[in-house]
Amino acid sequence: MTITTETRPGSAAIQNRRQSIQRSLIILVVITVLAAFAPALLPESSQTIAVRVLIFAIMAIGWNLMSGYGGMFSFGHAAFFGIGAYTDVYLLEHFGWSPWISLVVGAMLAALVAICIGYLAFRYKLRSAYFALATFAFAEMLRLLATNTSWVNGTTGFHVPLLPDNSWSMLQFAANAPQYYYIGLALVVICLLITMFYLRSRTGIHTVAVRDNEDAADALGVNVMRVKLTTMALSAAITSVAGMFYAQYFMFVDPDIAFGQAQSVQAIAPAVIGGVATLWGPLVGALILGPLSDLTAGWLRNPPTFLEFLSGRGGLDVVLYSILLIVIALVLPKGIVGSIRDWWKRR
Amino acid sequence: MTGPTNAGGAVPSKDGTALRGGSRATSRLSLRHSTPLIVTGALLVVLFIAALLRSGSMGITGQALLTGIISGGVYSLLAMGLTLVFGVLDIVNFAHGAFLAVGLYITYEVAHQAGLNPYIALPVAILGLFVLGLLIQLLLLNRTMGGTLERQLLITLGLSLLISNVLLLVFGGDPLSANLKSDPGVHVFGAVANLSRVIALGGALVLAVLVFLLLERTSFGRAIRAVAASRQGAGLVGIDVRLVYAVTFGLGTACAGAAGMLIAPFTTITPTAGDQFNILAFVVVVMGGLGNVMGAVISGVIVGLVEQLGGVAIAGQSPLLGVFILFLLILLIRPQGIFGATSS
Repeated sequence: MTITTETRPGSAAIQNRRQSIQRSLIILVVITVLAAFAPALLPESSQTIAVRVLIFAIMAIGWNLMSGYGGMFSFGHAAFFGIGAYTDVYLLEHFGWSPWISLVVGAMLAALVAICIGYLAFRYKLRSAYFALATFAFAEMLRLLATNTSWVNGTTGFHVPLLPDNSWSMLQFAANAPQYYYIGLALVVICLLITMFYLRSRTGIHTVAVRDNEDAADALGVNVMRVKLTTMALSAAITSVAGMFYAQYFMFVDPDIAFGQAQSVQAIAPAVIGGVATLWGPLVGALILGPLSDLTAGWLRNPPTFLEFLSGRGGLDVVLYSILLIVIALVLPKGIVGSIRDWWKRR
Repeated sequence: MTGPTNAGGAVPSKDGTALRGGSRATSRLSLRHSTPLIVTGALLVVLFIAALLRSGSMGITGQALLTGIISGGVYSLLAMGLTLVFGVLDIVNFAHGAFLAVGLYITYEVAHQAGLNPYIALPVAILGLFVLGLLIQLLLLNRTMGGTLERQLLITLGLSLLISNVLLLVFGGDPLSANLKSDPGVHVFGAVANLSRVIALGGALVLAVLVFLLLERTSFGRAIRAVAASRQGAGLVGIDVRLVYAVTFGLGTACAGAAGMLIAPFTTITPTAGDQFNILAFVVVVMGGLGNVMGAVISGVIVGLVEQLGGVAIAGQSPLLGVFILFLLILLIRPQGIFGATSS
């Protein structure tokens, strides 16, 4: 998972970067246009799958920014996802606030929490495994707190109150309404744009430099702490948006869903399978993992004869994607997109 | 991903010297820096008094003390395996809890399908998980040795998901049990513990001593310690480093399997039962100093006590909360663990 970068000194690099962002923008437009037509082509029943892909994508884009480009391996992104989800349902239930306001509040809260975790962790020079364990412990702690705190309904969690009509301001539509898909798609595109322009900014370039060689970056006058914290905050904010959208779409949140270990894994797995520290990796990974649970559920409803004994059992989807995760980590440490990019360059 | 200096043990990396310092895979305690130990002891006393004041009853607090020591013994055994793998192989094994779950299901099979006394499963669990760990190291992890830490972390994370979901596929998600036919209470200083729990503590301590003796008194144990100290050096004097890796990983998973078997009679057996222990084992390992076997044994008991006494002292919250606060404090203030040497 060591990542190659294209930052070279001199004007050639700047030229390169300008070209590469133009290319990325073109790809993004093409993808968006294609994705916009998807609901017309796919059956209505596949909408849940499509929305799940989009949620995975947002989470993985957030994780990738911090752990891929920033080199800070997080195993606790459920913390930020959960903060987004809980801010949304809490403000909705108690104050009737629009999810769009909660989106901003949740993102700010998640960023603030990320800055606190990051500051403490980097202040005491926690690195790699220690840092991963600290983020993991933090997410677990939030899960336990949510489970045992009565003003967020403890283990029961929250149901999003059902509205009689479609409402853009309250981000609620009839089940399977195409609006959910388009809002999710818009969020993914915005998150990708944020990533692209952040990586192009001064702080973004410093982020990659700090990841590649912290001491050298420090010696060249980069404010390492500020750069790391900015990246973490942005990553957390993006992931919290996924939490808000999840809560609005599935209309239910409890501590295990929001802060559980599985949620952290769902931020990591698409990015790793698609390609760590690549712009499109999280998207590709989400496209692979999103449909998996529905596919396997379909297989297990009418299993082929050699899988007869599995009928009615759950867990096959995770078995498949954990195998995928292991194989990718063993054989293609750069993920699908990273490996294709390398192959393309070597050609 | 922390940069090129972090690639394996070839170069004494910056964070390697700063964090793991003298504590890598040592089985001896470094008592030169005894202040953290005193602070920890004082904290436990404060926690004990807090629990006493909160509950207002010596009985409840004494019971928490006994339960804490017993669960702490099991954590010690579990964490011993985890810390050994980290100290020797530099792998943070996220699948450790899943291996414990395999031990639970082996015990269930022996107790229910074969109708035997669950303790017959102990050698089966130890041997079965030793072989499983050996194969995993030989087939998967040996290929990535010397690579980045994150790559191995991802593989063990994948393994953890794989194992718990294969268990879910095969056994289903319903909770199972492997209770003893009769499990009388045993009185210890006014507190009561079930026989199975007392056996778990005794078994864990015996096994911990055996692992310790294996490391300290046998030539293979010396080879393991040599590899932990320096892979290159050990290879140069003719030690088969890859074999040592495989056997060490096997030993680590065998510890998890044994711990799983020992707690099976009083634990609800589910595919994800190991997750909670995974977290606890990490707390213990970090507290004892990553790679420090003896530190893990003592920290296991401390964590067990913090969990139980903390559960009484901060009633209403999960007992694990106290453990997590402790974990974060240690990670942030003393990441080398309370038994690790200070940064040199």
